[in-house]
Amino acid sequence: MEHIPILRMGEFLLVSIQVDMHDQMALKLQDDLSNAIQKNASRGVLIDISTLEMVDSFIGRMVADISGMGRILGAETVLVGMQPAVAITLVELGLALPGVATALNVERGMALLRRKIDGVGSDADSITTG
Amino acid sequence: MLTASPQGEAPLRSEHDIVLARQTVRKLTQQLGFSLVDQTKMVTAASELARNAFVYGPGGTLSWEILERDGRRGLKVRFADEGPGIPNMDLAMTDGWTSGKGLGMGLSGARRLVNDFEIDSTVGAGTRVTIVRWK
Repeated sequence: MEHIPILRMGEFLLVSIQVDMHDQMALKLQDDLSNAIQKNASRGVLIDISTLEMVDSFIGRMVADISGMGRILGAETVLVGMQPAVAITLVELGLALPGVATALNVERGMALLRRKIDGVGSDADSITTG
Repeated sequence: MLTASPQGEAPLRSEHDIVLARQTVRKLTQQLGFSLVDQTKMVTAASELARNAFVYGPGGTLSWEILERDGRRGLKVRFADEGPGIPNMDLAMTDGWTSGKGLGMGLSGARRLVNDFEIDSTVGAGTRVTIVRWK
């Protein structure tokens, strides 16, 4: 079965979703990520969806679950690169993704992750969305 | 897939069929010249409803038709299943309510993404949802 590769970069994990995922693939990614966070003691996860042309409630829930699960395992998650048409649709669908940190692109996402991690224990929550 | 025919149907019997349903609707909305936002809304609504037919149906049929009325063109897509049907329609159309493990945004969310939304469900016989979006 096709799967989404997870790249490790120091204490971060990077994922770029570039295929139209069927539901099992999304669930597999969630599993793979939780295992990778634990195995590598990762402190941040960056998920790039800049090539995704659609995010429905299933994928939205997967992203929210990864973010929540990652936090419990000690890793912050940032979702980056959402296309404007996808963002408009997602909000109209009723999913504003509360609790999921987002950034415009990979560069800003990495900067946000670094700030979140450096700020742990101080006032890091001020940069958490939702 | 080169072009999608203006009228047709396809099965909704696997997760892969949900992906194919999205791709078919994307292709049709592109052929009709929908804006990117309108394409995305229609594709997302189709994804939600195709999943419902597959998960709760379980399994059904997708059919589509290009409409023309008063010089406007639109896309009609129908999702039909022979599943258990929906006993309480008001509840099913409520944001956040789910009988399964979803987020409960499928039906109510899909309705907000299209121009016309019709649902017809009979307990024990199945559910048919028809959506239309005009260009």
